[in-house]
Parts: sequence; C-alpha cells; structure tokens
Amino acid sequence: MAKFRGAVVVNEERCKGCDLCVVACPCDVLALQPKEVNNRGYHFAYMQNPEKCIGCASCALVCPDACIEVYKTTEK
Amino acid sequence: MKEEVRLMKGNEALAHAMIRYGADGYFGYPITPQSEVLETLEAEMPWESTGMVVVQAESELASINMVYGGAACGKAVVTSSSSPGISLMQEGISYLAASELPALIVNVMRGGPGLGTIHPSQADYFQAVKGGGHGDYRLITLAPSSVQEMCDFVGLAWDLSFKYRTVAMILADGIVGQMMEKVVLPPQRPRRTDEEIRKQCPWALTGAKGRKPNVISSLELDTAQMERNNERFQRTYREIEKNEVRVEMLDVDDCDYLLVAFGSMARICQKVMENAREEGLKLGLIRPITLWPFPYEQIKNAAKKAKGILVVELDAGQMIEDVKLAVECKVDVEHYGRLGGIVPNPDEVLDALKEKVINKKK
Amino acid sequence: MEINDIIKPENCVYKKPTLLNDTNMHYCPGCSHGVVHKLIAEILEEKGWGDKAIGVSPVGCAVFAYKYVDIDWVEAAHGRAPALATAIKRLQPDKLVFTYQGDGDLAAIGTGETIHAANRGENIAIIFINNAIYGMTGGQMAPTTLLGMKTATTPYGRRVDLNGYPLAISELVAHLDGSCYVTRQSVHTPAAVRKAKAAIIHAFENSMAGKGTSLVEIVSTCNAGWKMTPAQANDWMVEHMFKKYPIGDLKNE
Repeated sequence: MAKFRGAVVVNEERCKGCDLCVVACPCDVLALQPKEVNNRGYHFAYMQNPEKCIGCASCALVCPDACIEVYKTTEK
Repeated sequence: MKEEVRLMKGNEALAHAMIRYGADGYFGYPITPQSEVLETLEAEMPWESTGMVVVQAESELASINMVYGGAACGKAVVTSSSSPGISLMQEGISYLAASELPALIVNVMRGGPGLGTIHPSQADYFQAVKGGGHGDYRLITLAPSSVQEMCDFVGLAWDLSFKYRTVAMILADGIVGQMMEKVVLPPQRPRRTDEEIRKQCPWALTGAKGRKPNVISSLELDTAQMERNNERFQRTYREIEKNEVRVEMLDVDDCDYLLVAFGSMARICQKVMENAREEGLKLGLIRPITLWPFPYEQIKNAAKKAKGILVVELDAGQMIEDVKLAVECKVDVEHYGRLGGIVPNPDEVLDALKEKVINKKK
Repeated sequence: MEINDIIKPENCVYKKPTLLNDTNMHYCPGCSHGVVHKLIAEILEEKGWGDKAIGVSPVGCAVFAYKYVDIDWVEAAHGRAPALATAIKRLQPDKLVFTYQGDGDLAAIGTGETIHAANRGENIAIIFINNAIYGMTGGQMAPTTLLGMKTATTPYGRRVDLNGYPLAISELVAHLDGSCYVTRQSVHTPAAVRKAKAAIIHAFENSMAGKGTSLVEIVSTCNAGWKMTPAQANDWMVEHMFKKYPIGDLKNE
C-alpha cells in the first residue's frame, strides 16, 4: 500500500507560537522552537519529527495566522 | 418626467425633488413634522420608475448608518428627520464626515430640547453649523425659506456634497415643511450608471474588480496620519468657505436698520420690512442661505452703514453669535426670538426692533 | 524520501489564500478571528467572489479586518454594520455583502440593527464571532458572557441578579421570518474548521441568491481575555460554551 508522506513549511516570521498546530497534529510532527524566536519574539512552530508527517493539513486548518503551507505526496 | 408646476407641501417637494434629482436611496424613520417625506416616497414608488431604493428603517440610528453604507458605495443617498431624530443621527454624521463621504441629510426642525414640541423651531442651528457630533467637522448647511427652495436645494446640496466629498444638510423647519406653495419641479435627472459612479467616485465600494480594494474607514490610530487627515478636512472646509457662501440681501443699500433671519423667519421679516416702510422706517434684510459657510463678509459689509441689527430667530439666540462675529462689535446687534414652537407675527418683530434697537439708540 | 522531494509546488495541498494579504494580523496568538478571516479569504478566492464582495467590519477586535482581506470594506460605527450592509446590498444587489461582528457589536450595542436587518430579510450574510467577552477594550462582560464567568467588569463572576442572563441571539434571529439560515459553528479543530467553512459558503451563496439573511455564529475563544493558553481556551470552550451555545444548524431553509 502506498504511504502518504507530507511536509509543512512554516512562515516563521508570521507565526505567533500559539501552539494550536502542535495540539492539532495527529502525528506528533510539530513543536514550538524551545529557544529560538522570530523577529517578534515568538517561539515559532517547526517540524520536530518531519518523517511522521502525512500531509493531512490539520495544523494549517487551525492556524489562526495562516503560516503553514502543506505538501503531500505518495511514497512509491 | 418633464418640468412640472405643482401645489404641494415643502415636505412633499423634498420627496419629489429627491426622485427627480436622481437619488439612489432614501432611508428614513417617521417623525413629525416631516413624515410626509417618507410617505410621499412610498406613494410615488420610485423603485418602479427610476430604480431608487426607499427603506423605512427601524430608527434614525439605522437610517443614518444606511446612508453611511450607501454613501460608501458612491451612491446619492439621503435621509430626513426632525430635531430629536437628528440628535440620534449625530454619531453617523460624524462618521460620514470623517470618511469624507457625500450624503444629504434633511432636518425639518421642531422645538426642543428633549421631545419638545412638534411645532416649528430653528433651535438646531448650533447643532447643524457648529458640529453636533464629535470631532472637528462641518456640514454644508442650506436653509430653505420656500417650498421651491426645499426642492431646489436637494439638487444643490448633492452637487456640493459630491464636489467636496462632504455631508450637506438642508436645515428647514416645520413651517417650510408643512406649508403649501407653488413649486416648479425639475425634469428628471437620470440616476448615474454604475460606470459613471466608478469614474466619478474611484474611492467607492463597487467591488475590487480590476483595481486595488477600496476601504472606507474613519479609524486611524497613527496620530501623525490622523492629524494629516484632519488637516485635509480643514483644507476642504476652507475651500468651501471661499467658494460656496450664499446669501440673499434685500434693500440693504439704503436701509437704516438691518434684520438678519433665515428660513421661515426670513419670510416673516420681509413683511416686517414692508410694514416698516409704510411707517417711513427703512429696513434691510439679510437672509443667509448657507448657514455654514456663514456669510460673514457680506454681513460685515452691509452692516457698515446700518445703525443697528436685529437678528430674528425661532430660538433663544444662536445665529446672533455668528452675526456678532461678522460685525466685529462695530454695530449694535440684538436678538428677538420666540421659543417652544411659537412663531412671531410681523408686528411683534417690528415692536421688538423699535424697543431693542431703535429706541435703545435714542 | 527526502523533505525536498515532498516540498514541490505540485505537491502543495494547503497554503495561505492570496486574498489574505501578508500584513501580520494584530490578533493575540491563538485568536479565533484569524481562522475565520482565513476562511473568508479562502472562500472568496476559491469561488471567485473577491471582486464582487463588500465587507462591513465592526468596532471591536475585528475593526481592522479590512487590513487583512483584500476586498472592498467599510468600517461601521459600533453595532451598525447590518444597517450599512442593508443599504449596500439594496443599492448593489449583484454584490456579495457580509458583515463581520463580535458579540458586543452584534448582540449588545447593535442588537436592534441585527434583529431588524434579519427581520426584513436583507440578503446579507452576518459572520458573528461569539467569544463571550469584550476583547478590544480589555476583557469586560459581553451580553454572551456565561453565568459565573469572570471578566474585568464581573470580577467575581457574572451574576443573574446584577447582570442578567447570557444572550443566545442566534436563537432569536432564527425565530425571525426574514432569516433563511442560522447556524452555530466553531473553529477549534480541523473538522470544525471544515464545517465552519461550509457554513460560511452557504451563507454567502444565500446572499448571492437573494434568499434572506444568513447568520453564522462562530463560538470562539478569547484566550487573552479568558486568561488561558490558546489550547486551554479551546478545552474550556468545549466544556462550558458549548452547553449554552450548542453547535449545529438552528435554521436552514
């Protein structure tokens, strides 16, 4: 069976580190940067476990600032 | 519709003029003594003929904000009311002014303060010409004294309002609203097409097709920009003051004393002049037609030869402040007015002139 | 499979709609307003309605909605958005006209305009953000504040004897003959966001079809006003807000 592979690109400067994408992710892919902050001082979201992403876009749907682009493909 | 001579009330003339001058929308709420405006519009059904929208709103608050919405679309929109209703509209008028939108508001004044009386008054002069709502703004204020002017000023007010992108008010009173006179209604001016509106009002909300989005807002949190906005408003107001003063002068060149009155009171003062001439007393009359911009210069010049001035108003003394500013204390200026909806007759005005101005001089 | 093999234009399944511009929104982190703004921009873009849409923004946190969604907007006085929208739609019936209002704007100072626009059956869509608090002015009681809920003006909790009851205004609007679609949605989970989007599409279609007034209430969080994290606020909303403001259609004709 083909396996879905996904990835997200976070607009780091637009992100406010609200954590809602992290909560929404069903695959434990995302986390907030523990130390690094963006120009506005927010700990932005990033893919902590990129290999787990299935491209379901849950994170992007709930993101209030539309910072997340989602890519999805099938691993052959 | 062709030009037509009719006999009708001032309020009815307003309604017919709105249709004939190509109004896109009227939004109003009934209040005495101007309810005939909405009644006439509903009876005329202009949506069948010109496509004009007529809405009876749930309050004056809603009417003025419907006007705000319509004006934001570049449409020729109007509301009418009487004093208490106009008080309720002040918030919306301030927003319209701040958003630099053209709109027409008609106030057929009644006596106040409060619910007051349904009888005529001119006591909303300050509210109309000095502000009324919050912030530094002005309304072009036209004061009709006949049913014909009720009609004509609708067209004039819109022309000025669109020319300067500022709100215009017709400040009438219960007498002009309720009395019947002959009126020449103008031929139908076609409503502007959507294309014409897009061209004339590139700022209007017409859908962001082939252009950047338009935003109409009175909010500006950047203080420097807010100051620039206010300075721009003030420049427009100075321009209006320079170009748009309108005033009627009767017998001012060979008079000893001057009457200053507007609207219905100016008609009564014409009779006062006639009566006085029979007694050998030479009176002139100045009738400001635009209450803002006020005819300061014209009054100043006319007053140079006068021995005294009586300002006659249906209020406790409001326009007199502007007349005093105009004459710069060089002439004695007194006030005569009746309150509570009472309209003085010519004899008592002449008596007041003698008592307060002429005999005071002796 | 490397990340770079996945992140290719042809694999993109979700991105910011271009109608939602690049201006950073002023909302607090986690605020529901952002999600709803994004949905509106998405819908207008996907349906090709951007050039015929006219939005009316409120007074309150969403006052600056016009800075973020690139369509024609007018910013109304507090509570008066449905009156403006009435005139805009009557004068331009071919336009998609919607208001975007919070609970103070729509259900307190603007109750009259809301009820009467809906009662006249104005062909407008009303997007109503109900987070049970005044966000912009610093967290005071709203008409929709729950009993017992602490706000800046009910510091010991909302009391019936002092403050009356929370106002379920969508139920009121649903009773009016002029409303055609009244629904209550939320945006706290991916599934909820999808449903809210479908609801807003339906409301916009009603406006275009001239079917009457549509009201889409979005039960929302104000995590800053509620003094919680965004995730905690979502949980609190599900536990408390949904009891008084249950999710689902109230009317769909």
